[in-house]
Amino acid sequence: MSTLDEKAQAGMDDHAAHGGDGKASGAGGFIILFFIIGFAASMVLGWVIFPKLLYSQKQQPLNFNHALHVEEVGEGCQACHYFREDGSFSGIPKLAQCTECHEEPMGDTEDEAIFVEQYVTKDREVPWLSYSRQPDCVFFSHAAHVIGAKMDCVVCHGHIGESEVSRPYEYNRLTGYSRDIWGKNIAGFKRNSWDRMKMDDCAACHKEADAIHDVSVQTQRGHCYVCHK
Amino acid sequence: MKVDRRSFLSFVIGGAAGTALSPLPWKLMDDSSIWSQMWPWTPVPPDGEVVYENSTCSLCPGGCGISVRKVDNRAVKIEGRPGHPVNDGSICILGLSGLQMLYGPTRIKSPMKRIGERGEGKWQKISWDEAIAILTEKLTDIRDKGEAHTVAAIAGSDSGTVPALIRRFMTAYGSPNFMRSPSQRDVDELAVKALFGGDGRTGFDVENADYILSFGSGFVDGWGSPVRMFKAASLWKEKNITVVQVEPRLSNSAAKATRWVPLNPGTEADLALGIAAVLVDENMLDTRAVSGLGSWKNDLLAAYATEKVSQTTGVAAGVIVDLAKGFAGANRPLALCGRGKGLVSGSLRETAAVYLLNALSGNINREGGMWAMPEADYIQWPDVATDNLASAGLVQPRLDGAGTGKYADARYLTNRLADSVNGGGPYPMQALLVAGANPCHDLPDTQRVRAAFARIPFIVSFSSFQDETAAMADLLMPDHVYLERYEDVPIGAGLAQQMIGLSKPVVSPQFNTRHLGEVLIATAMAMGGSIANAFPWDDYETCLEETLAEKWDSLMETGVWVQADTEPVADTFQLAGMDAPAVQAEGDVNSFPLLLVPYDAIQLTSGYVGEAPFMIKAVADTVIKGTDGFIEVNPQTARAAGLAEGERARLTTPRGEAQVCVHLFEGIQPGVLAMVRGLGHTAYDGHLAGKGVNINELIGPVEDPSTGFDAAWGIRAKLAKA
Repeated sequence: MSTLDEKAQAGMDDHAAHGGDGKASGAGGFIILFFIIGFAASMVLGWVIFPKLLYSQKQQPLNFNHALHVEEVGEGCQACHYFREDGSFSGIPKLAQCTECHEEPMGDTEDEAIFVEQYVTKDREVPWLSYSRQPDCVFFSHAAHVIGAKMDCVVCHGHIGESEVSRPYEYNRLTGYSRDIWGKNIAGFKRNSWDRMKMDDCAACHKEADAIHDVSVQTQRGHCYVCHK
Repeated sequence: MKVDRRSFLSFVIGGAAGTALSPLPWKLMDDSSIWSQMWPWTPVPPDGEVVYENSTCSLCPGGCGISVRKVDNRAVKIEGRPGHPVNDGSICILGLSGLQMLYGPTRIKSPMKRIGERGEGKWQKISWDEAIAILTEKLTDIRDKGEAHTVAAIAGSDSGTVPALIRRFMTAYGSPNFMRSPSQRDVDELAVKALFGGDGRTGFDVENADYILSFGSGFVDGWGSPVRMFKAASLWKEKNITVVQVEPRLSNSAAKATRWVPLNPGTEADLALGIAAVLVDENMLDTRAVSGLGSWKNDLLAAYATEKVSQTTGVAAGVIVDLAKGFAGANRPLALCGRGKGLVSGSLRETAAVYLLNALSGNINREGGMWAMPEADYIQWPDVATDNLASAGLVQPRLDGAGTGKYADARYLTNRLADSVNGGGPYPMQALLVAGANPCHDLPDTQRVRAAFARIPFIVSFSSFQDETAAMADLLMPDHVYLERYEDVPIGAGLAQQMIGLSKPVVSPQFNTRHLGEVLIATAMAMGGSIANAFPWDDYETCLEETLAEKWDSLMETGVWVQADTEPVADTFQLAGMDAPAVQAEGDVNSFPLLLVPYDAIQLTSGYVGEAPFMIKAVADTVIKGTDGFIEVNPQTARAAGLAEGERARLTTPRGEAQVCVHLFEGIQPGVLAMVRGLGHTAYDGHLAGKGVNINELIGPVEDPSTGFDAAWGIRAKLAKA
């Protein structure tokens, strides 16, 4: 027995001596019960209530059907999310790009009506909410990944191209960033490469690629300055 | 069941264990670090497509080409445009700060009419239709009473289509009172007329000169086209060319020069003529281009004997001879004039004397020399067909007296405006339009200018900014700023070439402002009759395109048009203007024993736009510190007045007094005080308002008797402990 255990034992004996027989075992039971209640309550708080409190939801301004567009445009993601001449990535298309086809309503869905009435005719940009925007301290170049490393969009963005409706945008009330960065799973477990986009996820891949790339000491793949300029 | 201390502790321990095994602490830790590294209130520029738009800067007369970096529709940086004939990729601090003017809080965001007392700052937003209706009604009223001539307009410049439209409007309306902000250009134009016999301006081939004799011209303080001059100064250094700066104060330009020759303030003309006398006496001259020298030689030698000049100017006789020999010994010597940035008209005697040096060296209209450039003549509009009301107004004398009697040669005498309105003019002024100018801050004797403005019943400001003049207005009709509008920018500013730059809208108008050209066309249409007929264009852009005609396409493509060969005004230099008396500083020597001279700094005095925060940040704390403005005082003078570095003092001149701080400076003569121009704003925002002293409150215009222009180079002053 360690010294600590001896002391604890001595304390319990002492207590038993003062408190009488029957009550001693009952109090021990309560103690365990209270421990379990505390434990269970905090588990519920941490796993169930906390995520609900931490994240808030917003709906996209209108539903966007990726599957339909991918089918129509034919060139895959790059038809709308393209690289500009200077190599920078265009990201979510601007209204001007949409109106190339949507000058007049195409089809008679409710979302199409909202889009044309609220945005096209009023010449207002659609305030899309970006699921994948990294925090501002992160420098991310699409060109380096898609053109340079020839990665597929799905590796990071999942199968968003097959979605028929826009899922709610969830964001962290504290940081203001999208839930997709931490991932849907509050414990941080991931099954697919696109489930989570935290620094470790970037680093894991960068570490693997390090062997292939030959770069300077400061900016070796996996080193801070690659992403944190 | 009794919850005792043990149970409670057990509950807490259970809770702690559960919490540790839940994601809560770990996730919160991560989030709080993300949050604290990227405060949500830190502004982050939005991402977008990067494009560069080429345009021309018109914040000063320099005419630099600019390239504006934009992210989507937001301009984020202004850079110099590489390959541009004026600035070739470089830019000055004013040009760099342009975005703070575009996006800054001192913009006037919509047309407004005054609802409080004048200067109280109470305004009501109105629509453009209403603003134009108010202006039209007022102007029509005055005109119908046969008093069209009582309306005046002040513009920042008189070249280019926008000033030409203002002038055209005034002509069609029936007023001779179109004015331009004073600058050295006034006397330069008059000198070209007197010396070369034609309308035009001077140009200086500074890049090819091999000896520079500058009479106070701040070649690195913003004189001429500032960026071009910075580059020229570097080139001179590279080529090891002698640069002499003649100036009472050790300015940045003097410090950059090979040799600084300090002289008594206001005696530059004497020194120039003294040097000319040495050239004549020693026969070190080229008389080919100068007519009438023979008969004048003796007068010159008699009046400007070296010893005498030395006494007047305080420059040793040996130095005068030295300067003459250096100047004559160079292949392509060039003499420059116009103090500091050339913001004051200056005296004809001084200008003519300096230009004479160029003529005597045979360097007129030659490489590395001084050029007599004709006026740009691309604006060829049909004459205005005036109606009876207009014709009657146009024959009236001008309020400032320019063009008649003893001021026959002057085009504009804006310096005489205040006196004229305050009772000295031929008739009272009933309305004033102000565009691209801030007379309530920039004209000397500001108190008197403000008093004059208070007497004018109706003032319209077209300023884009809440400046001092806009504060005195009754109606605000804000123009777009230069990054939002089309405009031709004819580039003078001492260039030895004819050039036109084109300003193009880099961003769409940020507020409910309107192009001045459009407003003038719309007002003319609303007034109808012969006034409407004088404006046959649908809009300003059509007017501009038609006016520039064959130049339009190349201007749209390259942003600048350069005339291949320019025929100079004349090749012969006539002697004129040099026998006028010297312009003295105002004030009595006994009551005001010291002399106060203004100086210009590249970070300040940027014309009517007011300094952007970037520029104020760049001003040394020996010029302004907090809200205190400094004057430069020689330690000897300061000692006599019992003043130490940084101490507050009361500076008094015949025109006003101000509290200043003392900065001891060996680079200024004993008995002379220097104060920077451009401070002491009362309008704009906290970055600018209330900082330093406006020297125009302390100095008044001194009329050059031969021209009527303001030739004040300083004023007598006294300094006492505050």
